[in-house]
Amino acid sequence: MRTLRLPAALAAVALIATACSDEGGDSGSSGYPRNETLYTTGTAWDPPTNWNPIMRGQYAVGTFGLAYEPLFHYDAEANDYVHWLAESDEWPDESTHVITLRDGMTWTDGEAIDAEDVVTTIELGQMDVSYSNIWDYVEGVEATGDLEVTVTFSDPRPQEWMNWAFGTPIVPEHIWADKSQEELTDDPNAEPVGSGPYVYEAHADDRMVWKRNDDWWGAEAHGLEMQPTYIVDVVNASNEVTMNMLSNGEVDLSNNFLPGIEQSIDAGQLTSFYDGPPYMQSANTAWLVVNHDHPALGDAEFRKALAHAIDLDQIISGPYSDLVDGANPTGLLPQWDAYIDHELVEEEGHTYNPDESVALLEDAGYMDDDGDGYVETPDGEPISLTLEVPGGWSDWEEAARVIAENAQEVGIDIQTNFPDFGLLVDNRNAGEFDIVINNERQLSNTPWSYYDYLFQLPVRDSQTTVNFGRYENEEAWELVEELATVPADDVEGAAEVTSRIQEIQLAELPAIPLWYNGLWSQQSNDVWTNWPSESGYSGYATMWDGWFQLGAIRTLAEIELAE
Amino acid sequence: MWRYMGRKLGIYAITFVIAVTINWMIPRFMPGDPVRSMLNRASVSDPEALERMTNYYNEVFGLETPLHQQYFSFWSGLFRGELGISSMQYPEPVLDIILRAVPYTLGLLLPAIILSWILGNHFGAFAARSKGLDNSLLPFSYILTATPYMWLALLMAWAVGVVGGFLPTSGGYSLALMPAFSWEFILSALTHWVLPFLSLFIVALGGWAIGMRNMIIYELEADYSNYLQALGAPRRLIRRYAFRNAMLPQITGLAVQLGTVIAGALLTEIVFNYPGLGSLILRALNNNDYFVLQGTFLFVIIGVLIANFIIDIIYVLVDPRTRVQMTGGAS
Repeated sequence: MRTLRLPAALAAVALIATACSDEGGDSGSSGYPRNETLYTTGTAWDPPTNWNPIMRGQYAVGTFGLAYEPLFHYDAEANDYVHWLAESDEWPDESTHVITLRDGMTWTDGEAIDAEDVVTTIELGQMDVSYSNIWDYVEGVEATGDLEVTVTFSDPRPQEWMNWAFGTPIVPEHIWADKSQEELTDDPNAEPVGSGPYVYEAHADDRMVWKRNDDWWGAEAHGLEMQPTYIVDVVNASNEVTMNMLSNGEVDLSNNFLPGIEQSIDAGQLTSFYDGPPYMQSANTAWLVVNHDHPALGDAEFRKALAHAIDLDQIISGPYSDLVDGANPTGLLPQWDAYIDHELVEEEGHTYNPDESVALLEDAGYMDDDGDGYVETPDGEPISLTLEVPGGWSDWEEAARVIAENAQEVGIDIQTNFPDFGLLVDNRNAGEFDIVINNERQLSNTPWSYYDYLFQLPVRDSQTTVNFGRYENEEAWELVEELATVPADDVEGAAEVTSRIQEIQLAELPAIPLWYNGLWSQQSNDVWTNWPSESGYSGYATMWDGWFQLGAIRTLAEIELAE
Repeated sequence: MWRYMGRKLGIYAITFVIAVTINWMIPRFMPGDPVRSMLNRASVSDPEALERMTNYYNEVFGLETPLHQQYFSFWSGLFRGELGISSMQYPEPVLDIILRAVPYTLGLLLPAIILSWILGNHFGAFAARSKGLDNSLLPFSYILTATPYMWLALLMAWAVGVVGGFLPTSGGYSLALMPAFSWEFILSALTHWVLPFLSLFIVALGGWAIGMRNMIIYELEADYSNYLQALGAPRRLIRRYAFRNAMLPQITGLAVQLGTVIAGALLTEIVFNYPGLGSLILRALNNNDYFVLQGTFLFVIIGVLIANFIIDIIYVLVDPRTRVQMTGGAS
């Protein structure tokens, strides 16, 4: 027995060491009661380090939406704006927008929310921060009353302006007005003072904790009573870990793609929006983005042939096991159905048809003269293309293989390559690629954001967010600019312009729409129930950035404790 | 004795310099750029702003200076205890991030290595003198020692955590708690520790048991054992001598195995999403964060070197022959 004393002592020391391993954070916190806490995961990929609402894409989950709020929300189902911080707005003439804020709203530090806060937020755009381009068309902004803001435009673009107003958090003037450029971008804003339904509670490397703001103005103004007292968002781990946490009921909501999740949904262990395929709502379009500087890919006929060669059903039933839907040939999301010219799509839209693809290639002079099984350019140059998707994105890797095979069947030589994500982004932005898959534009208040993505000019040395394929078409871009000037609530007027854009789009196919990526959302009903579904409440169950203002915030008020 | 120590220290110093240099080189010759991937996440659309921010961050991270200067400033930073600033968790210092993760990794590794070694040796020695055990449990040990750490971890997470539901399968402590010095937190940290610990412990245990069992059998057949037996010494005494002699190769084995065990621990952490160095390395890799990567590897290198050094010293203490060789080499 003597020999066991040492191990026992060591074990005890080790146990104590592990137990004391963390320096004390919030002392005396006795935990978050399970029936008052919503656990979410699948949105954050890094530890939360930043709550600065100005730095898009870097802030912790919920910073924009739970803590900071925009002037308007947008209801995609009803195709209508929802006044959020704004109580009302009007356009006295086409270059003036008057926005009136709600009365009695306060920041979480107790200061009143007034017109100056909005003015400050808009003026921040004059700095080199990521939404700086509003000052290309805004002439001036002025507080014309305690709660009234008047924005004047040098070049009125209501669609674009409303896209900004719905997608930008308003920040308190008394904190942000005097910050320098460097502070704006570098300040982690560790004690966020927002206007929203939740306030910062705590964070650790693997989670972000929000606590309900019981003085939130929206409880009364919108009649929304947020159900969870705490929201704990867990940084994404491996698929296996997420699956385990979901099936144990440790996590209530996961917003990441989980291969094979349809089996758990079919078995009734988890829920999603639809009970059957495609299970998920559509969130964005995955495009096949081609480099227009390439001699073959720069030819519309070649692109059309490629589009006809791709068997989407094979991708949808294969790598996605019916978790996604095929995209409309215009690439517009189902929520934008009113903007799709269905007659035109019927006539001009592409479908899977390899024979048509071969015919298109032959007509345009792409023949296989050297007998290697792959076509050459009309000048006889061999064509060899590489389709790149980020390494490790397993669903896209599989989809890319299918596309390459499909293309090879009609004689287009496409190989796949799966580089590191950062490297792919660098090459994509610099225009050094043949073909990539991209889905960066999400559902928004206007299809303008999609056409901006496809057609924006001029093409710069580095294309960081739009027109990665470097497609240049002045006429199309003028139409997109015209679309930006259509009054925000004029759906018919906008549809008329989008129809003209689609004429060019379907004839030219600057990028090939593939499938609608899902709003990945799988829910456990162990603790919280009444999630959005096709038969119940129609909303979005997601923590993704940019979705709270599309109605996802209401889900937090709609969910109920399970019996 | 001191000459021996000095020579050993010299070898360790050279190893350290080479390891650190390789460690500094690897991320820099990896494709990708930490500043770019950081700005990509920010989706800056204005090219001028992008240019300005790229320059700014390159300066912050010291990436604009020539390579040899980066190398020397890395060394000088090292001696001041500065490992730079993380790009994925900007603007947090790398050292802070690593120091938060180190206790979890040590808390897993030290008990797993030490306990499996001690228990494995005793079990092996015990098994060597019992035919029944030798035939039943040892084959099982062979399976264990051939099991990849990660695979056993996945299996245990599934069996104990998901199907059984006894123990949590991910994280370092409950999602409902924040680190605090309370019984609730300690208990939670302990329950989260059990599975990752066990999966490391069990695999290592098998290897030590087999090694010890083979050594004991070998030693029992050595001349000195036979001689003792012929003299009529009690079996207990013979076994004690055999055990002592068999220990020596096991100590060397520990030094050799250390690297493998650490690699296994890093993978195990990823499986259990345990907030130690392994999970940190994975995250840093995914985000092209050179600074965290090289800092983490530096800790691993230092850890392995220190452990090897300690084993060297222990070896001198337990094996009289080494001491005789060192001191009595002249006579």
